[in-house]
Amino acid sequence: MIEAPEKVNAVNAKIVEPTIFDLSSPGRTGVTMPASDVPETALPPQDLLRSELPLPELAEVDVVRHYMHLSKFNYSVDSGFYPLGSCTMKYNPKINEDTARLPGFLFTHPLQPIETVQGNLALMYRLQEWLKEIAGFAGVTLQPAAGAHGEFTGVLMMRAYHKSRGDDKRTKMLIPDAAHGTNPASVGMLGMSVVTIPSDERGNVDLKALEAACDDTVVGMMLTNPNTLGMFDEHIEKVIELVHNCGGLMYGDGANLNALLGIVRPGDLGFDVMHFNLHKTFAVPHGGGGPGVGPVGVGPKLVDFLPEPLVGILEEGDDDMPPLFGYVKPSKTIGRMKAFNGHFGGGFVRSFTYIAMHGPDGLKDIAQYAVLNANYLQARLRSTYTIPYDRICMHEFVAEGRFEGSDVRALDIAKRLMDYNFHPPTNYFPLIVHEALMIEPTETENKDTLDAFADALIKIAEEAKTQPELLHNAPHDTPFGRMDEVKAARELVLCCWLPENYDENA
Amino acid sequence: MTYIPISPKERDAMLSTIGVKSLDDLFDAIPAKHRFPKLDLPKALTEMEAYQELSDIAQANENVRGDLISFLGAGMYNHYIPSVIDHMLRRGEFYTAYTPYQPEISQGTLQAIFEYQSLMTALTGMDVSNASHYDGATATAEAVNLAYAQFRGKRKKVVVSPTLHPQYRAVIRTYTQGMELEVAGDDGNADLDTSPNELMNFVDDNTSLVVVQYPDFFGRIYDYTKLIEAVHAKGALVCVVANPTALAMYKTPGDMSADIVVGDGQPLGIPMWYGGPSFGFFTTRKNFVHKMAGRLVGETVDNRGQRSYVLTLTAREQHIKRERATSNICTNQGLLALASAIYLSVLGKTGLQQVANLCYQKAHYAAQELSKIEGMGLCFTEPFFHEFALCVNRPVEEVNAHLLEHGILGGYDLGQDYPALKNHMLIAVTEMNSKEDIDALVEVLSEVSHD
Repeated sequence: MIEAPEKVNAVNAKIVEPTIFDLSSPGRTGVTMPASDVPETALPPQDLLRSELPLPELAEVDVVRHYMHLSKFNYSVDSGFYPLGSCTMKYNPKINEDTARLPGFLFTHPLQPIETVQGNLALMYRLQEWLKEIAGFAGVTLQPAAGAHGEFTGVLMMRAYHKSRGDDKRTKMLIPDAAHGTNPASVGMLGMSVVTIPSDERGNVDLKALEAACDDTVVGMMLTNPNTLGMFDEHIEKVIELVHNCGGLMYGDGANLNALLGIVRPGDLGFDVMHFNLHKTFAVPHGGGGPGVGPVGVGPKLVDFLPEPLVGILEEGDDDMPPLFGYVKPSKTIGRMKAFNGHFGGGFVRSFTYIAMHGPDGLKDIAQYAVLNANYLQARLRSTYTIPYDRICMHEFVAEGRFEGSDVRALDIAKRLMDYNFHPPTNYFPLIVHEALMIEPTETENKDTLDAFADALIKIAEEAKTQPELLHNAPHDTPFGRMDEVKAARELVLCCWLPENYDENA
Repeated sequence: MTYIPISPKERDAMLSTIGVKSLDDLFDAIPAKHRFPKLDLPKALTEMEAYQELSDIAQANENVRGDLISFLGAGMYNHYIPSVIDHMLRRGEFYTAYTPYQPEISQGTLQAIFEYQSLMTALTGMDVSNASHYDGATATAEAVNLAYAQFRGKRKKVVVSPTLHPQYRAVIRTYTQGMELEVAGDDGNADLDTSPNELMNFVDDNTSLVVVQYPDFFGRIYDYTKLIEAVHAKGALVCVVANPTALAMYKTPGDMSADIVVGDGQPLGIPMWYGGPSFGFFTTRKNFVHKMAGRLVGETVDNRGQRSYVLTLTAREQHIKRERATSNICTNQGLLALASAIYLSVLGKTGLQQVANLCYQKAHYAAQELSKIEGMGLCFTEPFFHEFALCVNRPVEEVNAHLLEHGILGGYDLGQDYPALKNHMLIAVTEMNSKEDIDALVEVLSEVSHD
């Protein structure tokens, strides 16, 4: 089913920007390296060497123009409003880009003796302490690379906790129907089974269903709170009590922590473990899909199970001497989640800078204004779009992208928004809302932007009635139109090469 | 109100539209006794103060571009990073975009990933590449997942070379603890001076995957063709964990018939950054593409007849398959994959070959000169690329302390992971080490040797 690439490339599609391979010309060079300054050693035997290296050949300016052209095809937070629900596409402060690139951070090796990297270790230690304080936990690992990686870390610890107590029969994880897909996938990686818990009509966990599912085979529950409907569970303490009473542990998906900074600490509510998404809450840029950063906080029951290593104080400091920071190993650790120390430069330094510049009051502002902006948009759209769970929301809310008597769908609305120069909201998630449009404005948008966005959505609702074709065929004013996704999956052209007869052009 | 663009007047107008009196009124659903905790955090800094604070922290480190001459590698390497890379990465259009779920307004990211995938297959000699994993270690663990899924969980053994990076081996063990999988061969006490073909002693009909490293953790180059042939005869797959710089010079794992080739992309234009982020590349054969985890970009056309790119085969992923997904991964290391694509483009064929050749030449010069020191010598005789084990005549820790006094960051102490390899120091040499640096290392080690 995979065709040879040259055949597929022969399709007469119009090329907007050639690939880096199309642009290559034999003999062109970009950045070159100095000549060797050591006596020459013969190369290894030919049979150990590769025969050819089919990489592109370009000048530096060719490369710059190519990536500049590509960059212009992207929508980004720096260019406009990006209300992608559950993704927290807030403004990424520029100072963080500079601090992350200080030479002392960029050019230190993860295996250097600890005496030579006390700055890095102090930063990691303080960030651990800050995250503990912000979310109310007893311990934090910075190691996980992303939210999903943090979840996997959390579930591994929950499993190890029960096993260490000889409690081997626990195999069920309770997961609400509104959950992110990563929750069940993390559980699946460990061979546990998932029990789906429905939501009630106010968007809370259905307590009766939860009570019925709680027994001595429950590992725990994974709950996003506020959930993906943007609702803070009104019975959160009861939910946690039910899970704890059957011996389960409570996992918090911290994807939506932006709504809780300085508002409530998940640890205080009784959550035993939670991952943070530093790339959402603490402004690490999303980078076109990564890297993320997914530290995990735990309560007292799980501190001994944290991944190794953590950063700790090896020798206390005094008035004259700072403490000596180094690595420590939790006594019942689940092991290592990745090589080296986690996403230090791109993640820890940026988030450290961000938290340092906010302080306790600034963090509370973030949550308050994120919630203000979401509720304001919800209020402005309430009379035009159906809001199935209509109460005061937290940092996001979910509307239905459909209208009575119209064949316009959420997808059409999303695509039409691009013509108004907005990034669409998340659509078709959560799965429990029909034609979901999940809108998260974040705290870094002003009232004018929110009004312009609400006006556009109201106008689109009108267009849906009067000129539905305009929506079905949208977007119109973007450099690219809708893609043929079926063709992509059927033909599976996943890479390109240098053109045929490339060397003959030399 | 650091980055919040709303005036008090606007705030009040918005509250009134919502129908509440104050910001605090928005939080009635939060249990009152836990609402609005007082956080014990330092008071907010201004940008100017924050920059100073972070500069002070950074300066408390000794870095390898000014403070120390480094011969430390062991999975992270000090290479030159062309200026152009960071200029492109700092384009807000790239770094402040999200996952390209809306392809009409994300073609920049999508085409860049497509080109990244292409460059990685060219480098490894494989058919397909995904959009990247967290790092080399987790990419290796995902190879275990792929093989496990390929045999539908029926083959319950993975054979791991003892000369795979110790931290990669640790990550495999962490990842597989819920899978009822036997990890064999992974023994720091094994005989480490034998042919990799000896791994066949562990391979049986229950084996799904064999994992080897290229060059291995001690820097040794082996042609794994025979091993791979033998493993295939047992019906199992082989994953080669490769150093991407070495691949510019040496026979590709693709040429050796490897099934999966993974590795850490840090050497391709990414700073060491005290360990991350970098990215893990993951390449394989086209027949395994449906079992491969991670994002994947494919070529298509839009409704205007323009060549374009989309995320494809998403039905494999967690947001569709949920608990039946091969992996829960839902990001790639987008910006760093982009960095490596720019690195490979701007160095190109010529530049990358120059980097590899410089690493090779300088490492071999260093090895020759170090071997001349009385009481020291190379621990192994196999060919190597830019890293080799030097046997010294006292504990590596002691030697390194002495080197550090002379501003030299010595090699990795192999005795930490391999009890039999006390006094074995793993030395990495790259294009960043001048002849003068190498001569300084030789001189100080000569002193140590004679002390």
